[in-house]
Amino acid sequence: MPALTEALISLLIVLGGVFGLVGSFGLIKLRDTMQRLHGPTKATTLGIGCVLIASMLYFIAVKGSVSFHELLITLFLFLTAPITANSIAKTYIIRNVGKKELPATGRRHGWSVYEDPPGAPESQPSPDVRAEA
Amino acid sequence: MITVAMLTAFGCFGLGLLFCLWRIAIGPDASDRILALDTMVINVIALLVLYGIWNGTAVYFEASMLVAMVGFVSTVAYCRFVLRGDIIE
Repeated sequence: MPALTEALISLLIVLGGVFGLVGSFGLIKLRDTMQRLHGPTKATTLGIGCVLIASMLYFIAVKGSVSFHELLITLFLFLTAPITANSIAKTYIIRNVGKKELPATGRRHGWSVYEDPPGAPESQPSPDVRAEA
Repeated sequence: MITVAMLTAFGCFGLGLLFCLWRIAIGPDASDRILALDTMVINVIALLVLYGIWNGTAVYFEASMLVAMVGFVSTVAYCRFVLRGDIIE
């Protein structure tokens, strides 16, 4: 393996480790749940992206063949991280922020946490677990 | 050089797992615990990929893909359970 490739792979692995550590450290360092949401969803996803790119380069350099598994994992993680963050933020809102404290949306429909989507059948149970809080 | 880099990264992700465990233990709210579990899954995926490089085999990519899928589905299911009180409506 050429020394330049090795240096690049090592740099990417160390960078990934540092990003992962920073993201996980943000989880215990930051004060509020909404602040803590930033660390794992951004820094840790970037860290694992670095590690997967390093792995891809390593297997190209050693075996000479491109493997697409890493690309699949990267794509999957980068697609699912925002969905996860959105779900967790909604969970936090419905447990800790009341319906009255949220600012007005300025549209005909209110916050999706507390209201059914437009056009939903009326028979669905309304999700106001803590609506009176 | 790669050996030293990988040992560093193993240490970083292992320490990150311990931080996540601490947040799961003390987390004041359920959303904190869900977030810490999701971060734990991401750290485990990184450890699996690094272990695959360490052994020079591509077997662990299938495992990490499966861990990623199970982690995502479990996080969303937990969130939906807290949000709606039900997982499959």
